[in-house]
Amino acid sequence: MNPVPDLYRILPEVVLTLSGVAVMLLDASLPSYWARRPLGWVAAIGSTLALWASLWQLSLPEGTGFSGTVETSAFTVFFHVLICGIVLVTLLLSLDTLPEDSHHQGEFYALVVFGAVGMCLLTAAVELLLVFIALEISSIATYVLVGYRKQTARGAEAAIKYFLLGSFATAFLLYGIALIFGATGTTEIYAIAQAVPFAVNHALILAGLGLMLVGILFKVSAVPFHVWTPDVYEGASSPVVALISTAPKAAAFALLLRVIYEMLPTLRPVWSPLLWVVAVLSMTVGNLAALRQTNVKRMLAYSSIAHAGYLLAALAGLGNEGIMAASFYIAAYAAMNVGIFAVITLTQGYDERRPLIADLRGLVYRSPMLGSLLIFFLASLIGIPFTGGFFGKFISFSTAIGGGAIWLVMIGVLNSGLAAAYYLRLALVAAQRPEQEVKETIAPQQVGIAVGAGLLMAVAATLALGILPGTVLRAADAGAHTLEAPPAENAPVNPMLPQ
Amino acid sequence: MNEINNSILTLILLMPLVGALLVLLVPDRAKLPNWIALATTLATFVLTLHLPAHFSRAADAPRFQFEVSRLWIEKPAIFYHLGVDGLSLWLVVLVGLLAPIGVVASWNAIKERRKIFFALFLVQQTAMLGVFLSLDLMLYYGFWELSLAPMAILIAMYGRKDGPRAALKFFLFTFIPSAPLLVAILWLYAKTGSFDFATLQLWVASGALPAGPLCWVALAFLFAFAVKVPVFPLHGWLADTFSEAPVALAMVVAGKLGLYSMLRFHIGLFPAQARAVAPLLVGLAVVGILYGACLALVQSDFWRLMAFAALSHLSLITLGIYGLTLTGWEGAVYQILKHGVVDGALFLLLGLLYERYQTSEIAAYGGLAAKLPRTATFFVIATLGMIGLPILGGFVGEFMILLGTFTGVSKGWAMAATLGVILGAAYMLSLVQRIFYGPESGLVAAKAADDLRLGQLAVLAPLVVLIFAMGVAPMLWLRTIETGVHPQRLSTLFYGEGAR
Repeated sequence: MNPVPDLYRILPEVVLTLSGVAVMLLDASLPSYWARRPLGWVAAIGSTLALWASLWQLSLPEGTGFSGTVETSAFTVFFHVLICGIVLVTLLLSLDTLPEDSHHQGEFYALVVFGAVGMCLLTAAVELLLVFIALEISSIATYVLVGYRKQTARGAEAAIKYFLLGSFATAFLLYGIALIFGATGTTEIYAIAQAVPFAVNHALILAGLGLMLVGILFKVSAVPFHVWTPDVYEGASSPVVALISTAPKAAAFALLLRVIYEMLPTLRPVWSPLLWVVAVLSMTVGNLAALRQTNVKRMLAYSSIAHAGYLLAALAGLGNEGIMAASFYIAAYAAMNVGIFAVITLTQGYDERRPLIADLRGLVYRSPMLGSLLIFFLASLIGIPFTGGFFGKFISFSTAIGGGAIWLVMIGVLNSGLAAAYYLRLALVAAQRPEQEVKETIAPQQVGIAVGAGLLMAVAATLALGILPGTVLRAADAGAHTLEAPPAENAPVNPMLPQ
Repeated sequence: MNEINNSILTLILLMPLVGALLVLLVPDRAKLPNWIALATTLATFVLTLHLPAHFSRAADAPRFQFEVSRLWIEKPAIFYHLGVDGLSLWLVVLVGLLAPIGVVASWNAIKERRKIFFALFLVQQTAMLGVFLSLDLMLYYGFWELSLAPMAILIAMYGRKDGPRAALKFFLFTFIPSAPLLVAILWLYAKTGSFDFATLQLWVASGALPAGPLCWVALAFLFAFAVKVPVFPLHGWLADTFSEAPVALAMVVAGKLGLYSMLRFHIGLFPAQARAVAPLLVGLAVVGILYGACLALVQSDFWRLMAFAALSHLSLITLGIYGLTLTGWEGAVYQILKHGVVDGALFLLLGLLYERYQTSEIAAYGGLAAKLPRTATFFVIATLGMIGLPILGGFVGEFMILLGTFTGVSKGWAMAATLGVILGAAYMLSLVQRIFYGPESGLVAAKAADDLRLGQLAVLAPLVVLIFAMGVAPMLWLRTIETGVHPQRLSTLFYGEGAR
């Protein structure tokens, strides 16, 4: 009945898994005096192939596989391509910046790829247990990656914090799944969507939704589940932060979209105001806290919290327009965020002895290219036109206004004005003439081929999303149409009453 | 010729960007970036001159000419829509003219990181040209915002004393008000499904949009523009920016973008709402004229003096705009042009003085006229142009604005504004007196005489000719400007009366 072999439905995941396993086996079997750097190339090639595989999936008819647990559609392909792209750039970045003598380099590459498997699977899963498993696959890999710099106390601290809080969050998610299963008798997302309007015990579903939201909002580091973010970003090495600040978030947002638009569209009157509040809190708290930071990565951590808020604002849009805007935003956010962390990696080096904003003073003078790139990515984060950041914000706010959420957008744009202050402070510090007395400044590393390619991809993506966003917008729109949102006028009756 | 007419605006926009890329690619040796920037800006200027040469002033000519309109993004529908009318035509040329002057002003003043300076300077040119050319609101907003970033970075990098602080102040002052502007534009789009200027004009005029929110939308537009001009009391960023910004940027930072936007997008789009707030703006403008002039009188630093002088002059133009008279509007546009030219010359000269003597304290100067006669001559001519001496460029616009105010608004306001003009003569002449005449100061005596060189003369001489030409033959410009402001006038009258 299903002409497409199941394996095709998870082809990118299979490719990623195989390349991860290959990296692990090679790492174990190669003589110990051989450099482990080529393994990174294996992983990079694997993620490139996975990216092609997901694009190829567009030629498949839309549908599910493995007894209705995984789906391929324009939506999943969009996020697969995004995640594989992020992973590829992260790998390229790590290739040149992991110190040559760092042990277990092979493990690092394998973990990145395995994490990607989980994230990809998360966006494709249409069954809640698989969702949970995928989330765990991605989380466990990222917990280890965060603690990869284990010589430093901060690295270990970050990993433990991330692990403990993350476990709690996944537990919440699992509990939510259990409650929803209890109320509807199924874990399949489509079946739940059909069962919810007729469910007897509506309170159970609401509780389930609430708990699942806690788990997901933790992963996207939205306020009030954001406290782990700055510590983890500070402790983890910059290439890892480039990964965990974007790819798992993209996957978690995909899950969020699926849960609210596909699984529980009838509960819109419940989740819409909730997410409104979370969006406003995330923007405001994130930006206010970022203003006070002196450490670059902590500042960017708070900025990423604020960006989660801008993204959530899109969900106030009419019908399924929010999906399109949110998908686009996450792509734009990923491009510029990976880019800026790439620059930070190159300027601060692997061990980050000088992590403060003030330490970047005069970067434009010491390394004009890195300085210009830093300013470019900051400009995108601020939302200067003709960059991805601007267009993402624009489309998100425009969608929200279309949904009538004027105040949300007003708060959003004022917040982006506030955010400009700290981004600009960093940009201006970098543009300032270096002080003559300070002799011991960080010497930016040589930019190698791999990292150069990674940076180039980030710059190209950021510019392309700002100047010619048409293609990505269309892809996001196609993805949005595969998640079934209720027509706007078909507002549900009071969900608090059992029907 | 049609081919050129169809693509000229795109060429004008792209030319500085291409130059910026070239500047980034060449090595920073032998002033190569300077030469490329000069060549690019001159080429852009020549391209902008194509516009007045082929602009049709016939009665049946379309309002917007050289129009380009292509779908840029399908959903939301954003068009790459450019065009010029009588309102923007000469402003585009003015931007084109000031760009090479800016390059010459930076020739020796910018010594390090020339590539970054000129690349950003050229991006800034594109942004400003884009503001004047865009007829799609979203495109316009894009260029409007884009004009902020290079400016802020350049102020921070090349600031004289505390660049980053001034840059942050400038950026926040101008960036935050554009947030409500974006919301307003998005609201209009949500209600109408269009960002197109002409379409929106019809929508607003049709009265189909709810009046309450529309009022706020108009205010959001006005607020963003008023900060950018700046209008009293939103001028907090001006003095710091003038004293820190490189000369090439200080001469373009204030005024024309905001004033043009007021005419086109505030009065042009929301005539009824503009009519409602006009009395307030007239009042603020007169306060700004007098306040700026009084503060300029007591400044001891010539950059700050120029800043408050600019506040005073720009307020006068605002008065012309919100007097809502045809004469006032023509005078206002004319005055923007004149302000650009005269300020360009004055800034260039002050920049040279600063470069040579490394101070902007007026008290440190004195008796320069004997040592630098050419500088003094040009400075005096530009000063006289600024204070509105008849037969020089400043007179025509000032007279038209005051006339429009006197006959169309109120005699009291016009008289108060005239007082500002008198004060203007006082502070400018006293500036000339303190710098160029009187006993020779120690600083001046200490340095060898080094008057204007050939390159600088080559720039200043055309400016001076222009100052005279604008005073003697204003119709050269006014004929085109008229075609731009007439449609505005009609829509205001029609809708303004209709609303009452």
